[in-house]
Amino acid sequence: MSGWQESAITLAVFLPLLGAVVIAVMPKSADRLVRILGLVFTGAALVVATIMIFDFQFGAHDGLQYELDVSWISAIGARYHVGIDGISLPLFYLTFVLTFLCAVYTYRILPNPGRPKAFLALMLLLETGMAGTFIAFDLILFFVFFELVLVPMYFLIAVWGSANREYAAIKFFLYTLFGSVFMLLGFLAMFFKSEPHTFDILELQEFAMGGGFTHSIQLLIFAGVFLGFAIKVPMWPFHTWLPDAHTEAPTVGSVLLAGILLKLGTYGFVRIALPILPDAAETWAPIIGVLAVIAIVYASLACLAQRDLKRLIAFSSVGHMGFVMLGIATLTPIGINAAIFGMVAHGVITGMLFFEVGSIYDRYHTRQIAEIGGGMLQKVPALAGIFAFTAIASLGLPGLAGFIGEFMALLSAYSPAPMLSETLFRVLMVFGGIGTILTAGYFLWTLQRVNLGTLPDRWKEASLRDVTRVEWLAWAPLLVAILALGVFPRLILGTTQEAVEGILRVFGG
Amino acid sequence: MVGAQEVTGAIADPGLTSLAWIVVLLPLVSFFLITFFGKRLPAGGAWIGIGAMALCLAISLGILLHFVQGGEASEASVSWFRIGPLEFELGQLVDGLTAVMLVVVTLVSLCVQVYSLGYMHGDARFTWFYAVLSLFTGAMLDVVVANNLFQLLVGWELMGISSYLLIGHWWEEKENSNAAIKAFITTRVGDVPFMFGIFVLTVAAGTSNIGRISEVAETGEASTLLITAGALLLFGGAIGKSAQVPLHVWLPDAMAGPTPVSALIHAATMVAAGVYLVGRMFTVFVHAGDVALDTVAIVASVTMLIAALLAMIQDDIKRVLAYSTVSQLAYMVAGLSLGEAGYTPGLFHLFTHAFFKALLFLAAGSVIHAAHTNNMSEMGGLRKMMPLTFVTFSIGSAALSGIPPLAGFWSKDEIISTAFREGNYFVWAIALVTAILTAFYMMRVVLLTFFGAYRGHGHPHESPPSMTGPLALLAGLSVVVGFLGAPQLNAVFADWVHFGEEAHAEPFSYGFAAVSIIGALLGLLVGYRLYRGWRERDPVRRLGPFYTLLERKYYLDDVYLKGIVRPLQYPIPRAVDWTNQRVLDGAVNAAAWATKKLSLGVDVVDKRAVDGAVNGVAFGAGATGGLLRYIQSGNVQRYAVFLFVGVAILAIAITRF
Repeated sequence: MSGWQESAITLAVFLPLLGAVVIAVMPKSADRLVRILGLVFTGAALVVATIMIFDFQFGAHDGLQYELDVSWISAIGARYHVGIDGISLPLFYLTFVLTFLCAVYTYRILPNPGRPKAFLALMLLLETGMAGTFIAFDLILFFVFFELVLVPMYFLIAVWGSANREYAAIKFFLYTLFGSVFMLLGFLAMFFKSEPHTFDILELQEFAMGGGFTHSIQLLIFAGVFLGFAIKVPMWPFHTWLPDAHTEAPTVGSVLLAGILLKLGTYGFVRIALPILPDAAETWAPIIGVLAVIAIVYASLACLAQRDLKRLIAFSSVGHMGFVMLGIATLTPIGINAAIFGMVAHGVITGMLFFEVGSIYDRYHTRQIAEIGGGMLQKVPALAGIFAFTAIASLGLPGLAGFIGEFMALLSAYSPAPMLSETLFRVLMVFGGIGTILTAGYFLWTLQRVNLGTLPDRWKEASLRDVTRVEWLAWAPLLVAILALGVFPRLILGTTQEAVEGILRVFGG
Repeated sequence: MVGAQEVTGAIADPGLTSLAWIVVLLPLVSFFLITFFGKRLPAGGAWIGIGAMALCLAISLGILLHFVQGGEASEASVSWFRIGPLEFELGQLVDGLTAVMLVVVTLVSLCVQVYSLGYMHGDARFTWFYAVLSLFTGAMLDVVVANNLFQLLVGWELMGISSYLLIGHWWEEKENSNAAIKAFITTRVGDVPFMFGIFVLTVAAGTSNIGRISEVAETGEASTLLITAGALLLFGGAIGKSAQVPLHVWLPDAMAGPTPVSALIHAATMVAAGVYLVGRMFTVFVHAGDVALDTVAIVASVTMLIAALLAMIQDDIKRVLAYSTVSQLAYMVAGLSLGEAGYTPGLFHLFTHAFFKALLFLAAGSVIHAAHTNNMSEMGGLRKMMPLTFVTFSIGSAALSGIPPLAGFWSKDEIISTAFREGNYFVWAIALVTAILTAFYMMRVVLLTFFGAYRGHGHPHESPPSMTGPLALLAGLSVVVGFLGAPQLNAVFADWVHFGEEAHAEPFSYGFAAVSIIGALLGLLVGYRLYRGWRERDPVRRLGPFYTLLERKYYLDDVYLKGIVRPLQYPIPRAVDWTNQRVLDGAVNAAAWATKKLSLGVDVVDKRAVDGAVNGVAFGAGATGGLLRYIQSGNVQRYAVFLFVGVAILAIAITRF
């Protein structure tokens, strides 16, 4: 089985790319075949990833599994070094699940201008980029996957988006590219300042353990990678690309954007910034914590002002990612485990919310809360019911997925790592707590304006379909996951513990 | 419970106590069954909820029996999950207090569910109503049984969402959904400090296990400052859930829900949780600095008085009862604030109050069901038309007023006399005044509703047996449960629920009892004098400006709405959104504009040297051929080139650095 161990990741990551190529050479008229191929390739990749989980050694303390480390671009010392550990695994798997469900959804539902061939090819390309980022252990390889994601997402927004799509797509592309440039700069600096020169993430961690970079160099490099990751998360105040991108993107684009893409940034902090630049992380942690809490409060207030349902959910993402970043900023095992839990929970919940908002738009042809006008529970009870369920999960109800990540992030802020200011983080905790009240406020207010009340006259005669079969198929796994993650937090936390401890070892914990 | 481990109190025969977790699980299972299959079942699945609750009641009675026979407390748990150094467990802590609460919650819930068969008959969302009733009860039972604060919080919040769903059950009316949101948000304002309190105690003890936290508080392993902070923060949660000042404002509005829900909220679930929490975490409160229990005492005293005053002037029968609940909860909290001596009296009142308050609400529901109005000004003379409702309501009123030998007398008297014995004359005086007011407003309700001439326009008649049956049962219990705490009958309640190793029941003092009784009679008498005949102008209106103050609820709702809620709803979010669009995003757009201008300036270089190369690269990068033209329409590649050229230059610079 050693062949399987070494090739599993490569197989899972590049199956979608192969699928993209296969779909690209299909004749234009093969509409149905193309959609089936989309299902087949995302499904096959999901099967590979699922088998990997069964073969995964949970609780193994050190090192990577399914590791493969071979020469790639020898001229610059970049290697094809891939592997998986407890931090990667949940996000890696989530990528395959969400993309597959998006393929299921796309089997029936595709926005204008149609063209399933191009749409699915891009989606599969996107999948390779996203999944690859979570398993790359070479900075150049990481960068390539990280950037690969931009291109298909750009087209998904620019071609299949709504009215203002060109502006949103370009903004998304350039803003994140702008951050990436500084990130790449940071990577290059890591290479040139390490002894011996290396792009290998594990070797750089070793280097950091043994003293590593000087403090001033670390601060500089951290600033670079911070910008790259912070824009991707996105952290306040670099978040303004997100509401536009989300609002304009097609449903599937929004689902993957919220579900996976944002996590590339938070994952980058955990995987690269913290363990390789520990001294700088200590210096930067209070700043990150403050920005995270500003994001929580600011985003929930902004949500209260939104009139467009999709834009509201987009802003809510900024707030939820604030909790994730707060957990990371505490530099504690609880905080980082909470962050990973929060990432997965947000992926499932907000992914689901974007599906629902997309379906609401399909029916009402408007996303304006005032135009929907309430009474959705009367007209399309199942859709309204699961919208309420997901919104309640998103506001952090215990027993559902959203709770553990938020609760534990705030708990970690109560007692942050010893080298951080306890007073500051407790103040942050208090504001984060206020944020949870505001979050409950905007979600319940939204539900009141969309779901409750009586149906406006204009919709009384309209024929609005309730949840269709393909929607149920695409959504049911996510709805189950929302409940399952809340009841069995061990599904995530049972995976992450040891890897998180490994990451934090450099802090002398 | 596979892998369950006995942590403490390992005794030979745990009786049925080891089954407590089933009592929690059954209603939750029932919730899912009714939700998914209810509509296909006869009676909308209501019988699943009722059956589950009957079974829960039977098990709970068995558990109580264990303690009646002098059994010991036990604890069991399984590991739930671990995060960093913290281990969280799912467990049950079963002592006398747990057993008593299990019986109260399951019994009241069962009565409410049977009653709802009639009351909610024909409701459009009958099935969903029963599903959420199960969820609500299950959540409360989790709070009662939990052996750790984290698990308790889960039940606590699930109760919050259940109350939201039930209060807003008739969500077609905006008033109802407003009330539901108000209940959820107001209690969440208290839940945030509660959550912080859990942080403080969990970090101090290294676990959220209640037994371990109590031990840490008792032995002084954690500083008094920490324990005090923990106690005060926990009390924040109790203030919200148990509707104490200043977070009591949600409870009267919660009347928007169907009346059986009110009975459940006011007697067995939700508001009882806050008082229960203080009782469950009593070691922490007792070993905290004085400021903790002093704060509790002040909050309770203020609450009981101002709520009783509000109850005096309401015209809506349910609102009278709602404010009376706020006031009586404060009685319980005040009892607990007296320290160790007040533990049993405070919780005894929680116990007795559950029966007669559930009775009063269900009886009021029967009246509303018949008269089709909540307003007492449109009732009157109903005693002849609905004799059973009249008798049971009167028994409940007498019990609440503290007339011996009914339930309320024993528990209230215990609190009042303990306050005096402990030398807390402040609490004693306010409790006594409140007792007078309570008797007064209940007399007012009885006279306005059941006596005089009928002032409405309908044809009220007695409710069906599914509704009057629970009334009769609860009325009977309201008569007898007080004797469980009667010192003349050995005060067996204190044997079950006591703080510390030994139960120490105070001797019955006829002197104190006389004071309590005289107070109650005084209130009844004044009420009778003023309300024995209907008057167009309610006598309480003679209070003048004070009446206005009460009518406006001390202007507290106005302050919250205009001072906090509205600003947070409109101007502040709009300002935030403005800064987002104009300032933050403005900066981004300005930067983009500047870059564009710059790029036009060096257009020549761009076009000749770099553009061709980029097109080649982009093509090679695998953008599917036909899509390339889209990239041409934007200026994307131009920016990209600039950025990458910048990188290259900086990279060279940094290698020299």
